[in-house]
Amino acid sequence: MPEAEVAAKPLPVVPYLKIPEGADPYLEGYKCGACGEVFLGERLVCAACGARGKMAATKLADTGKLYNFTVVHRNFPGVPVPFISAIVDLDGGGTLKGNLVDIVPSVEAIKFDMPVKVVFRDAGRKDKDGNSYLAYFFTPAN
Amino acid sequence: MTEVYVVGVDMIKFGRFPDRSVPNIGAEAALMALDDAGLTIQDMQALYCGNLGQAGAMVGQRVLQEIGQTGIPVVNVANACATGATAFREGFMAIKAGVYDTVLAVGVEQMGKGLLGGGGGGSGIPTEGLLGSGTMPSVFAHVGMEHTRNYGTTFEQFAKVSVKNHHHSTLNPKAMYQIETPLQEVMGAEMISYPNTKLMCSVNVDGSAAAVLMSEKKVREKGLMSRAVRVRASAMTSDPYTPRNMVMPDFNAVTRLAAKAAYEQAGLGPEDVNLVELHDCFATAEIVHYENLGLCADGEGGRLIDEGVTALGGKVPVNVSGGLLSKGHPLGATGIANIYEITTHLRGEAGARQVEGARIGLTHVVGMGSACAIHVLEKVN
Repeated sequence: MPEAEVAAKPLPVVPYLKIPEGADPYLEGYKCGACGEVFLGERLVCAACGARGKMAATKLADTGKLYNFTVVHRNFPGVPVPFISAIVDLDGGGTLKGNLVDIVPSVEAIKFDMPVKVVFRDAGRKDKDGNSYLAYFFTPAN
Repeated sequence: MTEVYVVGVDMIKFGRFPDRSVPNIGAEAALMALDDAGLTIQDMQALYCGNLGQAGAMVGQRVLQEIGQTGIPVVNVANACATGATAFREGFMAIKAGVYDTVLAVGVEQMGKGLLGGGGGGSGIPTEGLLGSGTMPSVFAHVGMEHTRNYGTTFEQFAKVSVKNHHHSTLNPKAMYQIETPLQEVMGAEMISYPNTKLMCSVNVDGSAAAVLMSEKKVREKGLMSRAVRVRASAMTSDPYTPRNMVMPDFNAVTRLAAKAAYEQAGLGPEDVNLVELHDCFATAEIVHYENLGLCADGEGGRLIDEGVTALGGKVPVNVSGGLLSKGHPLGATGIANIYEITTHLRGEAGARQVEGARIGLTHVVGMGSACAIHVLEKVN
């Protein structure tokens, strides 16, 4: 059986994580030209107002505020715990779920509305063909 | 349009039946509901069957293969945790529309053990624990933490929901568990996703429930009005757009929309409701649904549990059955099992857990994705 080709560079963990040539990775949203709502990733029609043909790609901010979190202590086998599942409102629009890292995973250490930064790091997981992936994480901004 | 009544309803004792088939488990409740009504499968004009795990495997037809293949139309439905309620509602609407006079609704589920949810999206590697958590305990931890963020609701207040519902289940012989769980035990149990400990997560069980629905004319013709319960409202919604919904499922907006429609249809308000079976898939969910269903003002959910308002003996008892937390949560059966519970109280047949003088009861389920179904039931006699 021929071996699968391993990509030379890390692949994006989700389609809306963009890795341009010679520039920093970023998250891509789509903004509705009719109502102004911002969505993660590409879409044809606005889910908020139903407008058609109004969605345009936009680069999402890499800063935001922590809207919500939980500290996860039990997960599927092989997933390291504890970790912080965080929901972040990005500055300028868009909401994203991800892991909050570089902070003690305890409820006392984490504050609602704390400023966070979006960082891009190796996912630490490979697919069955050996490809590496670039993922996004949140870190405390100060 | 005709009024619609529940004339027969029952559920099996929830448990784990790995050696039985899904249709076999569903057939048992179907026969129990027919017996409760004093009717036979030959009296049924259609079957609405709710099941999630084998959606696509013609569970309704296979139920009929176990209880009588009369050739009636079968509609199989799947709608996440609102599956059973959706089957019931489809039957309700067919009678409302005047198409049938007598139909059977069955909800059935056979569950494995362990965590649900947390699927990996479309990429080449699993994203659970990498891009946050999508397990059900985590999703509903986020629901609770949003309430904490907005109103300061505490871990202890959420835990009290589980203490209450486990206590209720000690009075319900059909619940999976009949075990008291004191507050220290609930809070000290293994933490799954803060603030949900293991005892604050619903139980994955196998189960089934079924109901016979009938038009007013037929109820009178058959002389079944004495134990009939009127379906005063049947409301269903999908999730309206809210800004964080696609990242953090919003079970509040979808429930509020359904509650508004249900109260309007019933011509009454939350103050008229004597008992509620709501979707306590996790302890955190129950608190937010107090507010979503209008049982209290926004931000007062924590106070309601603190003051015992929703305990048996309180002003509006919630989940007297033990709820999903202790009765168990067989996904497709849940939305008919809660109709069994309310009907039993309205008939005055709930024994040790009877809510005295109950005339109006409300059932609520919400399935992630999302679908919310609310039924308001009324004592006739």
